[in-house]
Amino acid sequence: MNRQLLLGAEAVAQGAIDAGISGVYAYPGTPSTEITEFIQRSKEAREHGVRSSWSTNEKTAYEAALGMSYAGKRSLVCMKHVGLNVAADAFINSAITGVNGGLVLAVADDPSMHSSQNEQDSRFYGKFAMVPVLEPSSQQELYDAMFHAFELSESVELPVIVRMTTRLSHSRAGVVRRKALEQNALLAEYAPDRYVLMPHNARVQYRHLLELQPLLEELSESSFLNQPVQGLGPVGVIAFGIGYNYVMEARLAYGIGCRVLKIGQYPLPRPQVNELFEACDTVLVVEEGYPVYEELFRGYFGSSKVRGRMDGTLPRAGELTTDLVAAALGVEPPARAAVPGIVVNRPPELCKGCGHRDMFDAINIVMKEHKENHVFSDIGCYTLGALSPYNAIHTCVDMGASITMAKGAADAGLSPAVAVIGDSTFAHSGMTGLLDAINDRTPITVIIADNDTTAMTGGQHSSASGSKLVDICRGLGVDERHIRLIVPLKQHLEKNVAVLREEFDYDGVSVVIAQRECIESAAKKKRRAAATGQ
Amino acid sequence: MQKNIILAGVGGQGILTIAAVIDWAALNGGLEIRQAEVHGMSQRGGAVQSHLRIADHELFADLISLGTADLILSVEPLEALRYLPYLAPGGRVVTSLEPFVNMPGYPAMEEILSELGKTDRPVLVNAAELARQSGSARASNMVMLGAAAPFTGIGTERLEAGIEALFGGKGREIIDINIMAFRLGQQLSNT
Repeated sequence: MNRQLLLGAEAVAQGAIDAGISGVYAYPGTPSTEITEFIQRSKEAREHGVRSSWSTNEKTAYEAALGMSYAGKRSLVCMKHVGLNVAADAFINSAITGVNGGLVLAVADDPSMHSSQNEQDSRFYGKFAMVPVLEPSSQQELYDAMFHAFELSESVELPVIVRMTTRLSHSRAGVVRRKALEQNALLAEYAPDRYVLMPHNARVQYRHLLELQPLLEELSESSFLNQPVQGLGPVGVIAFGIGYNYVMEARLAYGIGCRVLKIGQYPLPRPQVNELFEACDTVLVVEEGYPVYEELFRGYFGSSKVRGRMDGTLPRAGELTTDLVAAALGVEPPARAAVPGIVVNRPPELCKGCGHRDMFDAINIVMKEHKENHVFSDIGCYTLGALSPYNAIHTCVDMGASITMAKGAADAGLSPAVAVIGDSTFAHSGMTGLLDAINDRTPITVIIADNDTTAMTGGQHSSASGSKLVDICRGLGVDERHIRLIVPLKQHLEKNVAVLREEFDYDGVSVVIAQRECIESAAKKKRRAAATGQ
Repeated sequence: MQKNIILAGVGGQGILTIAAVIDWAALNGGLEIRQAEVHGMSQRGGAVQSHLRIADHELFADLISLGTADLILSVEPLEALRYLPYLAPGGRVVTSLEPFVNMPGYPAMEEILSELGKTDRPVLVNAAELARQSGSARASNMVMLGAAAPFTGIGTERLEAGIEALFGGKGREIIDINIMAFRLGQQLSNT
């Protein structure tokens, strides 16, 4: 038995490669980034011509994956939970068109918000679109589930979600591989009645999707991902995804013999759920994320049988642990030491020598000259400018919102209205907002922190940086005299302050591009060059 | 056999290199492994930890339960204290004594030592000094692994084979430095 030690994310990637994908499409986002990175590094994927470069955002990624599926081939599309908000339009409608080649959406949720702005649960999207969702509980299951997901997608002609959460995506375990499958042949069929979603077609397709639902339930009943675990006693547990691990660990550690129903494929397998509810007086619902199914089991009028996140048996927010599940099953917590009082927090910070530091120094100097000094910002390393010692930015909401929020605030009369956004985030969702500002001649200053990479997620290729950014801004209609380049270095502080001062005072759209390579990427390049002896 | 190990440090200190050696050794010893890592925002100089679990039977949870860690292996002294609630009764703390100060309010070393002293026979390591003796300041993580080796449940030979495998691509000299670092660390716990 030859085991490979893989992160959950890597198990998804290896599973997809072995299931015969022809391409992966993705925008980086913790905790999903490593799926695509693994495929990019994979020798097998390269040999088989699996396309794998980064997309500009999750929506373009999803649509390209749908196009590959249309042409008959298997495609994988990956993103973090909030990325699915960006891709939602394409995703929901692809459930109406259906798919041709297998299309699997691997989405990684981040309960407890380790690196995210919310802990939304992607299973909601699965229900919303009415497509099958797989939620494996281990790295091996993730690998095996990829074969199953592509098969399922092709058999019901629907996209299939594989949902995981941070702990599974970023945890390693031994994985045994299967024999790899060949890629599908190119097979694009004319099917405008499915793919042209004009109302007369969409109505028919939507009815078809509704009619498929009983079949999807039936398929869940026989899925290897849904399994009962024998047990005794009046308390039963229905354990979803990674929640199963904590339940089984608690059973093992504390000798609890309760019945368990493991759920890893949705829609729910009705007979198995009925059986558990009939056999038990109370049922503990263990879900990682929102109480999606607990709410369903309780119903509007409530049920005295159900325990879970909604009645405080488990906490309503945050990720689960064995300790929380054990306590919910009545185990007294064992004695443990406290964290000594002297242990202070150690928040993340901008790297020593990072250009963002010098950029924020310059922004802070100019902002202090104004009565109103709000800075709208965005998602990336520079979000750390919100923390001490800079305290330089005052918003971070979603990809691209820095520019559009600055625009709205300027419309309301705020001056100066300043946005700080990274190069990759600008390409992802900033360009359209900038166009709005240009069309309205809104007085805003957009500072693009161009470090030539998607740095926060570990230095992935940025869709637009350097001269391309200048071309984009010029092309969108920013006056050339107000596209300014600065180099955020200590020795340029005075010069940079002067440029920012001028542009903050300008009554129109201005863009200041702060160009300096990410020091992490520069160091990585150097190491790589040294290793290859170049 | 089951060992729950918390690896602790600051983002960028390379605790995952230590994890990778133990992983390799455990995998090649036919053991089950779960190793949860921290990726993303905290890697930028924040507190990071890895939960490493190895056993000769099936493991379910990727995370270690409170009060059940057999070992806290920290490459920074304050970070060792952060995870004390995970330590099992009789569990051991092995930590480097070199502070990494990148935030206000970092406590005095005497206070940290006093808290570490409340744990069961803590192993306190001058990792940088021993790494320099082995030939490279960058080998301090292997000093730490050596010092913690007796508490990992994995034999020395297998761990050394893991170091060979992990640093294999970097040439004999680098391998030898890291093996030397490992052995210097190990002597601390054996004496």
